[in-house]
Amino acid sequence: MNVPTMASLFAEGKQPEVLFWVGCAGSFDDRAKKITKAFVKILNQAKVSFAVLGTEESCTGDPAKRAGNEFLFQMQAMTNIEVMNGYEVKKVVTTCPHCFNTLKNEYPGLGGNYEVVHHTTFLKQLLEEGKISMEGGSYRGKRITFHDPCYLGRANGIFEAPRELIQKLDAELVEMKSCKKRGLCCGAGGAQMFKEPEEGKKDVNIERTEQALETQPEIIAAACPFCNTMMTDGVKNKEKEASIKVLDVAELIADAEDL
Amino acid sequence: MYLIFFMITYIPNIVFAIFLALGIGYFTKNVKKLIRNIRLGKEADVHGDKGQRWKNMSRIALGQTKMVVRPIAGLMHIIVYLGFVIINIEVLEIIIDGLLGTHRIFAFMGGFYDFLIGSFEILALLVIIAVVVFWIRRNMIKLQRFIKPEMQGWPKKDGNLILYIELVLMLLFLTMNATDYQLQQMGAEHYSKAGSFPVSQFIAPLFDGMSQGTLIVVERSAWWLHILGILFFLNYLYFSKHLHILLAFPNTFYGKLKPNGQFSNVEAVTNEVKLMLDPSADPFAATTEDDEEPGKFGASDVMDLNWVQLLNAYTCTECGRCTSECPANQTGKKLSPRKIMMDTRDRLEEVGKNMDANGGTFEPDGKQLLDDYISREELWACTTCNACVEACPVSIDPLSIILEMRRFLVMEQSAAPSELNNMMGNLENNGAPWPFNQMDRLNWAQEA
Repeated sequence: MNVPTMASLFAEGKQPEVLFWVGCAGSFDDRAKKITKAFVKILNQAKVSFAVLGTEESCTGDPAKRAGNEFLFQMQAMTNIEVMNGYEVKKVVTTCPHCFNTLKNEYPGLGGNYEVVHHTTFLKQLLEEGKISMEGGSYRGKRITFHDPCYLGRANGIFEAPRELIQKLDAELVEMKSCKKRGLCCGAGGAQMFKEPEEGKKDVNIERTEQALETQPEIIAAACPFCNTMMTDGVKNKEKEASIKVLDVAELIADAEDL
Repeated sequence: MYLIFFMITYIPNIVFAIFLALGIGYFTKNVKKLIRNIRLGKEADVHGDKGQRWKNMSRIALGQTKMVVRPIAGLMHIIVYLGFVIINIEVLEIIIDGLLGTHRIFAFMGGFYDFLIGSFEILALLVIIAVVVFWIRRNMIKLQRFIKPEMQGWPKKDGNLILYIELVLMLLFLTMNATDYQLQQMGAEHYSKAGSFPVSQFIAPLFDGMSQGTLIVVERSAWWLHILGILFFLNYLYFSKHLHILLAFPNTFYGKLKPNGQFSNVEAVTNEVKLMLDPSADPFAATTEDDEEPGKFGASDVMDLNWVQLLNAYTCTECGRCTSECPANQTGKKLSPRKIMMDTRDRLEEVGKNMDANGGTFEPDGKQLLDDYISREELWACTTCNACVEACPVSIDPLSIILEMRRFLVMEQSAAPSELNNMMGNLENNGAPWPFNQMDRLNWAQEA
């Protein structure tokens, strides 16, 4: 696995085409790190010129902003922008829809103007450019349901890229009763990931997992590290982890490519 | 003598003109109050593509595109909406007739007039059917979104009252036409043959055997009650959730153009953060110009919200599509986006009444939107998933109000839930929401 950093490339006088923004979950969370690595393997395979910020990366500030702490958000944002502008970053790809939304929509107003793409869109482009070839392989005919991350779908209107990738695996894509624009949240957004839910009848991730199980999937595909955690917990809660896997779209592709 | 004769001849016209003036006058007075209340809000960012705004308004409000996401309610609503808009052409005729003392002044249009009256009648029948379906949905089927806690009491009554008024207006319209039709058949004076009556001809037999005099009384009563009913309904709007029939248009026009996920950046914060990050800034430098009191961050009351958010509150017709899509509400949490909008409006009305009673200025009443109307528990239950924003058929954004109130709680009161304070502490110290060292951020690359 080849993971160049911006700093090392800069020292060699080089500039990658795209910055891979790993995000906090992708850097620290054991489950999410697997997604990060799967994506890097694909980038390596496709010979994409990329780099990461490594220790120079810091949280985009998304959870602080959604919790109402605009100060902390803007402190984070301006620090990150300074780093990225220092490296003259033009294009950013990220595996986290929260980072994606914040970088794409909320950084420009603070001086951070980049072309920001979510990894599902990026992978679809690689596919169209023939840089990766996807043969269904082990996923041929498997029932896969896709959970729309709120910050990818409803928040930014990206519904088709992940679905097209899943279909390219020759898998059977089955939709949940709430999907696309009406997709139900996994329960993690708005900084909920970091606190106990308010009192209620049920946890949101259980409700969503039940919707997913109704489609009788073999795999629940996600495109967000937080959704992934919530759905994985939901599947465990239903004691279905032996028969149903929760996988990121990048993991599906890396797996299908035997990377 | 001549004067008395003049008075008697024109009494109906004069009475009509007085009612019309009163009806429109009182409505205008309330509209002014409505505008004043909305202007209590702060400035809103409504820049951006005007063309897109017009497009949104014609698509979403005029074209009802978001209503049909739920096909049954959507179709029924389109019927009532079309009925309302088209039958209003008839109201124009009624007003002219009332003022001039004429009868069916548009009858000169001949075949086209017949077509118009015929279509109004068919629409009136369809509206009656839709209204009955709506009533059944609200009162018998007990759809979840109509029996939530915030719908108890007045909101439920309001919803039903609107249906009753619409039903009565349609029945009066058809009665008026049915008796008119009878009188036309009789060849009564003034009732020259005009219009076609595809629906009311079937009601007409109810009036068989009545004398011409009685028929005229019934016809006139229905005519008068119908127009008075319309004037009443117009004035009822301000006191009801039904304002959406007017405000849906400006509300969709001023609706958010940016991606749903994009939250506003607070400018006042940007200035302070820039100062903090600028090594050359002199922290003791006196603020040059007017030493304004630093603004309050976030919102604890309606005056802290912007005017578009207040317009949102008056536009809400309490359909509850937001609440039924809300993940927190679906899983039994207290949060209901509809309640956020209803509370905002109720508090705004309270502030408005306070101003009316105090000569136009607001006297602090020891209450606010936060805690007195919207609880912290509701605010912290939101996942910011935008389902409510997406669901609203008239571009209301409850999420923006929730965020503004969270901003107040966190930045003015440091009153975030303790776990969130932990998360923010980590973020501040380590650049991640968890207690990991920033220097370990690339460790994954070394792991197998």
